Order: sequence, then C-alpha cells, then structure tokens
Amino acid sequence: MALLSFERKYRVRGGTLVGGDLFDFWVGPFYVGFFGVTTIFFTALGTALIVYGAALGPTWNIWQISIAPPDISYGLALAPLTEGGLWQIITICALGAFCSWALREVEICRKLGIGYHVPVAFGFAIFAYFTLVVIRPLLLGAWGHGFPYGIFSHLDWVSNVGYQYLHFHYNPAHMIAVSFFFTTTLALSLHGALILSAANPGRDRLAPGRQAEVKTPEYEDTFFRDTIGYSIGTLGIHRLGLVLALNAGFWSAVCIVISGPFWNEGWPQWWSWWLDLPFWS
Amino acid sequence: MRLWIPFAAGAGALLTIASIVGADWDLPPVETVGVGYPGSGMVLVQDVEESAALAAANVPPPSPYTPDPEGERASEFYENVQVLGDLSVDEFNHLMASITEWVSPEQGCAYCHDIENLASDTVYTKVVARRMIQMNQTVNADWTDHVGQAGVTCYTCHRGNPVPENAWSTGAPEPAPAGGMAGYTGSQNRVAEVTAYSSLPHEALEAYLLEDRPIRVHSSTALPTGENQADIKDTEWTWALMMHMSRGLGVNCTACHNSRAFNDWDESPPQRVTAWHGIRMVREINNAYLTGLAPVFPDNRLGPEGDVLKANCATCHNGQLKPLNGVSMLEDYVNSLTRKISTEVPDFESYRPGETELLAPGSTSDAGPARPAASSYAAAE
Repeated sequence: MALLSFERKYRVRGGTLVGGDLFDFWVGPFYVGFFGVTTIFFTALGTALIVYGAALGPTWNIWQISIAPPDISYGLALAPLTEGGLWQIITICALGAFCSWALREVEICRKLGIGYHVPVAFGFAIFAYFTLVVIRPLLLGAWGHGFPYGIFSHLDWVSNVGYQYLHFHYNPAHMIAVSFFFTTTLALSLHGALILSAANPGRDRLAPGRQAEVKTPEYEDTFFRDTIGYSIGTLGIHRLGLVLALNAGFWSAVCIVISGPFWNEGWPQWWSWWLDLPFWS
Repeated sequence: MRLWIPFAAGAGALLTIASIVGADWDLPPVETVGVGYPGSGMVLVQDVEESAALAAANVPPPSPYTPDPEGERASEFYENVQVLGDLSVDEFNHLMASITEWVSPEQGCAYCHDIENLASDTVYTKVVARRMIQMNQTVNADWTDHVGQAGVTCYTCHRGNPVPENAWSTGAPEPAPAGGMAGYTGSQNRVAEVTAYSSLPHEALEAYLLEDRPIRVHSSTALPTGENQADIKDTEWTWALMMHMSRGLGVNCTACHNSRAFNDWDESPPQRVTAWHGIRMVREINNAYLTGLAPVFPDNRLGPEGDVLKANCATCHNGQLKPLNGVSMLEDYVNSLTRKISTEVPDFESYRPGETELLAPGSTSDAGPARPAASSYAAAE
C-alpha cells in the first residue's frame, strides 16, 4: 500500500505506553506497537477457539454456529472446555483484544498529539460488552448469564432475556437507550445530508439551488436557523453526535445490568412508583 | 428570561429521584434457575429474600389427625349428607374440622352451619361448600394433567379466608373510563394488576378463562399465507393472559416458552403442557362450578357487575410456580377429596335459604371441555 508523500511527517517515534521502541514500527500502513502484538495474539487465539468450538458443534452453518456459556449450575466456577469453558476463554480473549485495540489507539493519539476521544468512545463499547458478559453474570452469580457467541443464538438470548421481565419496553433505561439510538441516527442523517447539500449542490452555473459552488458553513448554519431557529454549529454537531452515541451505549449497559440484579419482577410493575405519586394516587 | 430551563430541569430531577426512591428495587444476590439450554437466556430470576418469604408463607397446615375409614357411614349417621355420604363418620368429621381450619378459622362451624341444626341448608355457604367439595373432587380426579399427584384441597385457594384472596370478577379497574370519544379503550391502557401492571387488555380473564377466545394466535410460517387472521390486537389479548399467568405463578415468559418461537411445542419447556391443561381446568371451574352459583350468593359476595367471584391462575398458585411449595395435602383426604362421589347439581335458580334441595339425579356437572384420563387415585382404591 502506497504511503502518501505527506504521511511520513506524522509517523514519529515515541508516545508508546509499553515496550519503549521495541514495537514502535509500522507494517505497511498499520502501526504495530506492543498493543498491536497483543491484539493479534488475543484475536488469533479467540478466533481459533471459536473455530474449534464450531468443529465440536453440530453445524458449520455460519448462522447457527454458537459457543454457549456454561450452564447456570456452574455458578462462577470454571467449566469444562466443552461445557462453557471455551466460552470463558473466548470471553477473556475478546476483552483482551478489545482493550489492546483501545490502548493501541491511545498510543496513536499520543504520537499525533490529538485528544483521546476515539479510544474513550470505543471504551464505551467495551464497557457495554464487559457489562453483559462480566458485571451482570458476577452480580447474578453465574457465568451462564452471559450471551452465547453465535449469530442467531445471541439474538435468541436477547429475546428470552427480555421476556424474563415480561415486557422489556417498560424498562426505563431501555427507553432512554432506545431514544438515544434513534436520536443518534437522526442527528447523523441530518448532519450527513447537510454536508452533502453544501458540498454537492448541483452542476448548473447560475440556477439558484443548483449552482455548482461549494457553500461555506454559514450557509449550513443558516439552513437550520431558518428551519428550527437554531444551528448547533460545525464543531457542536460532532460533540452532539458523540454525546448521543456514547449515551446510547451507556444506557444499553445500564438497562441490562439492572434487569435481574436490581429488578426481578416484570418491568411494567416497576412503574408503580409513577402510579403512587401524590398528584393522582 | 429562560425560566423554563430551571423548571424543566427541576421537574426532571424530581421525577428521577421519585423513580429511584419510589420504585421497589431489589439488590443482589439473586436466585436464578436455568430452564433451557445453556446460553438460551431461558432463566427464572427471583429475589432470594422474597422467594424465601414466599416459601415460608405457603407452608400447608398439617392434617389434624389420620381418620379411621372403618365404621358407620356418614349418610347413615347424619342427615342431609348428599356428597360425602359414603365416608366413614370419622373421615367425615375429619374433613369438616379441616374445612373449618382452611376456610373459616375465625368464624368456625357457624360460617356454614345453623348451629341449632347442623343438617339444615339455612346458611347459603353450606350450599356453596357442597358444590365446592364436588369441584375439589373433580379437579383431583379429572385434572391430574394439571394438578399432578399433589392435587388440591380447599386450602389451596382459601388459605384461611372465607373468600379466596385472589378471586376476580368482571368489569374494568378504577377509575371508570371517560365518556365520549375517549370512552372506547379496547380494554387497554388501564393499569391493572391482572396484566402485571401493563397496559394490555384487562378483560383477558373473561375472554380466556370464562369464554374460550383462541389463545394461540402465532403464525406457524415465517411469511404470511393469509390463513392466520389474527392481528396485533389478538396478540395483545393473548399477551395479557400470559402476563396474568406469569404474575400469578411468580415466573416469567421463559418458564413455558422459548421466545424465539412461542408457538413451537418442541422448543417449549414441558411446563407449557401443564399450563395448557390448567387454562382449561380453570375454564371448567368457572363455567361448571362457580358462575352457576350466582343465585345462591348474597349481593355482598358478588362483583360490582353482579357476577360470581371467579378463579384464575393466582387463586391457587398465589405467586408460586407450584402452589404450597408443591407439597400435597391429600394424604389424609384420599377418600374425601380425590374421587368424584356425586356429580349431580341441584337447580340453584330455585334456591331458598333453609329449604334443602336434593342433588338432582341425572344432571351432572360434566359440562366442561374434554377431560384427560381418570385419576390414578381412583385406580388405587
């Protein structure tokens, strides 16, 4: 892969967290670093174990391959390899790979002298996964509460866990998370559409609305001021997007960790506090 | 001044505090039981303390003594013994003493009997009790597919109360719906305990446990074929019944279903079969045994719409997967409660307090749907 002429100036030594100069090099376009090595290690081992688990299982159908967690009866103990032990090691590999990837991003940020926004944002995704397969199983007292690693099987798990609480749409944190997910897509689609509208306006020389002339951010701001009376601005839209997206992931983690450890009835019943408010009770 | 900002923030903060303080949160540790294959997410989740308290509150009372089945028959020794006549006098008195403890421990024998003349049918509760004994015998003899070998006694529902705590009658929960265009709610959007506090149709019990509205609305094909006419509303009615069952039994949907295919019996836990029989059993209890008693009950024992108080899943289960921790009370009641001795019904329409009505010969209580095979108790006798 060709290296663009100006890219060389950003590829500076140093900024590593671990390993000093030992892994401070690039392979083609990819920065390696100590955490690149650990990422490769965990990814290769975890993937190999998934393939091994699939080989032990009943099917090679990609949709139906599933690595199940241990039975609830194993509690928080280690399980035999074929009865959830694979799932336990693969979980360690996954967390190792995700954290390595985040720390590799940190090292790249340090080399470039930019903020840590990207690894922090990725950290929220890792946190959500960690909540699902570590925090909640610990609180419930069994690794068997983690989700299985399979394309269909993890969806079945989501469905059944929702029905453990009769009607999951009444889960208040689920409501908040879903609202953030939808708002994220709304904000991203408005932002994407606005940028394209200013950058690709048309191919006519003169006709209004179709002039082949890239517009400045003032035009973009004016569009939203005309429409809704307010424009969040060029930098602000990216802050908003980050806040919305991180909240979506964060509240997803909250909505599942409270289901079971902190609430074990049907979620509709949780709302009795609302019925009991002094205004109408 | 943008005054709305502090006001909105304050209201939001107050609601957040109310939801955190006001909601009945639980804390770990939690009791969990896997129902399905590991990783399927089919798990029963219960609070440890609540589950222990529930088990302690559902310990069945011991039988006062073991009755002697020998000796004179009750029908020869007492007058007006219409259902339990072929019990021994000792068995008969043992059951009477037990019923007093089970149903009217504070009111005593006088709750059902004229103390001056125990044989008289003066008190309406005696007429009701006679029918309830027949019901009890039918449940234990004909519905072993639901009640298994544990069976039921009066105590399973009554728990020391003259009226079982979890009985229901028709009608909407308070407050009454608004009139005009807001009057039609489609039985929805009223918070009711019967639907586990959801907004699902609150008249589900009438639809399924009194009438026989179709429950299985699930299509059996991935794509529509035009054969299944059930719509989302029908699904919500079914869901409302399921919410009642979940709440009544203290379980969640995965106790009986794998939610990836609610309809598929092969993927369902075996409890679903027990529940299927239970729905039909309750339907027979309500139709064949309870609604017919309407003329006998005084007004204060009827629901707001004038109907008899009826049974649902919670009436027996009282929040437990197996009523009374799954312990059978029948050991000392094999002769009195596990076989159908007399299935005849009097004409309750002509009931007058004090006038003894004999069970009409010929008419039977077998008005319900098709029954499973007869009890193994009958075979043991």
